[in-house]
Amino acid sequence: MNSRAHYDVAIIGAGLSGLAAGVRLAHFGKKVCIFERHNAPGGLNGFYSIAGRKYDVGLHALTNFVKPGVKGTPLGTLLRQLRISREELVLCEQRQSRIALGPRGGASLRFTNDFAVLEAEVARAFPAQVDGFRRLAQRIRETVYSPGSPALSAREVVRAHVADPLLEDMLLCPILMYGGSQEHDADFRLFALLFRAIFLEGLARPLEGIRALLRLLLDKYRSAGGERRMKCGVRRILARGGQAAALVLDSGEEITAGQVLSSIGGPETAALIEAAPGAEAPAAAAPPPGRITFVETVTVFDREPAALGWGEDTIVFFNDSERLDYARPDGQVDVRSGVICIPNNFVSAPGPGLPDGVLRATCLANYDRWAHLPEETYRADKARWYGAIQASIRRFLPPADEAAVAAATVATDMFTPRTVTKFTGRLNGAIYGSAVKSLDGRTALANVHLCGTDQGLIGIVGAMLSGIAMANDRILRPA
Amino acid sequence: MTKDECKQRVIDIIADIAPDEDLSNLKSDVKLRDQLQIDSMDFLDIVMELRKRHGLEVPEADYGQLASLDSSAEYLTPKFNALAAKR
Repeated sequence: MNSRAHYDVAIIGAGLSGLAAGVRLAHFGKKVCIFERHNAPGGLNGFYSIAGRKYDVGLHALTNFVKPGVKGTPLGTLLRQLRISREELVLCEQRQSRIALGPRGGASLRFTNDFAVLEAEVARAFPAQVDGFRRLAQRIRETVYSPGSPALSAREVVRAHVADPLLEDMLLCPILMYGGSQEHDADFRLFALLFRAIFLEGLARPLEGIRALLRLLLDKYRSAGGERRMKCGVRRILARGGQAAALVLDSGEEITAGQVLSSIGGPETAALIEAAPGAEAPAAAAPPPGRITFVETVTVFDREPAALGWGEDTIVFFNDSERLDYARPDGQVDVRSGVICIPNNFVSAPGPGLPDGVLRATCLANYDRWAHLPEETYRADKARWYGAIQASIRRFLPPADEAAVAAATVATDMFTPRTVTKFTGRLNGAIYGSAVKSLDGRTALANVHLCGTDQGLIGIVGAMLSGIAMANDRILRPA
Repeated sequence: MTKDECKQRVIDIIADIAPDEDLSNLKSDVKLRDQLQIDSMDFLDIVMELRKRHGLEVPEADYGQLASLDSSAEYLTPKFNALAAKR
């Protein structure tokens, strides 16, 4: 037993929040180790290769973009806290994006990284609502997302400012699609956080996608002295007296740690906790697993999507039903609403852009209807839904010649809720985690803290800020 | 250590924490927060970097002493010298 390795901090999961926490802790001299079950870092924002081609998972766009020199925003805080310079993280801004609602996307609001564009679009399409929209934007600017502020329904607050249900749905749609862990509605504080991140700040992408960011974090972590164990997750957290007394790894090895930061999710963390030999059973208070998950199709072309007629849009949030129905569908996939992403439509610095043309499409899905299919059925269903999703998203894009699209297609892929669970361990494939968040990161054990999605911060910038905040508040300078 | 050397150590730390700030014309007698865009998280990082790099502890009650370069030098120089004497 004396040979057990001991760390000041053990971090479960090498996703963005775990890595960001690791960078902070290692930088300030903590002996820290990240345990990751998968063979690659990234978690919900990772990447994979098929036939030599690299695909991003998660990242459509990095939110919270502000131009270099703009200070006092989440991106600036993040970069300073991790000692990353703007030169190290080159970001390409979106060209323009749209929110398109109605059977053929007839109701459309264009937005860019200049909020005035969205304001003008709302004034054009909803002249009677624009004053209310401006008041809503002001309220959002003043809203703080912290354990001390009250939880409110985002729909109710939006409705108090905006009377037209179509505009209400158009404002909710991007926010829910990019971070909604509840069905139909969101906590207004989260809504405000994401509204700021997407509309008041903006969308961008590291040229090489998520790999660029992961590489940067891994380099910082390594040079600060952080340790990392890949293909070695944490199998059990042994509890004694309300504390994590030891961690059992996938290898069977036991280690100890003064503090544990878990990025794998609230319910997923709770599921690891069991009584240490001879100790009393710990109080079990597991948050419910999330219900919201997605499928995503990726189509790779030998040319830019713009050359096929799909224009300048970077992201298109779409919905065709009377009211936005953001919920777990009864069927395998709900193709009525979702998100289209064309990574080529981020403006790259002069020089070579992306090697391929890429079109991604994301739609709500039902985990249970994908989870237990025999392999053959699973493959056939994927192929069928791939086609149905392409047909659905065509309605929200400028017309293209389908023969030309087919001729230009060099590869396709699709991931499902089952893929998400297989590679991240998220129950139900719930990429935005449980609907019940722990804003202070607390769990049933005093020295185990959550970071990442289930601490309440969403998105790539949110994940990293969560890791930073929990490392700071719970470990580096506890009150 | 002189007070100017002490100020330089603080400036070096700020330069690492906030590489996007222009530190060439910092006024010693003006509050750092009034000349730079540094928030409470940056400020706590200054305190933590002092501990990490120089082994200096600044208790929370004394954070106010680090408001300007002058007040920082006033407060930190004797601490630096006391540490050096111990070594």
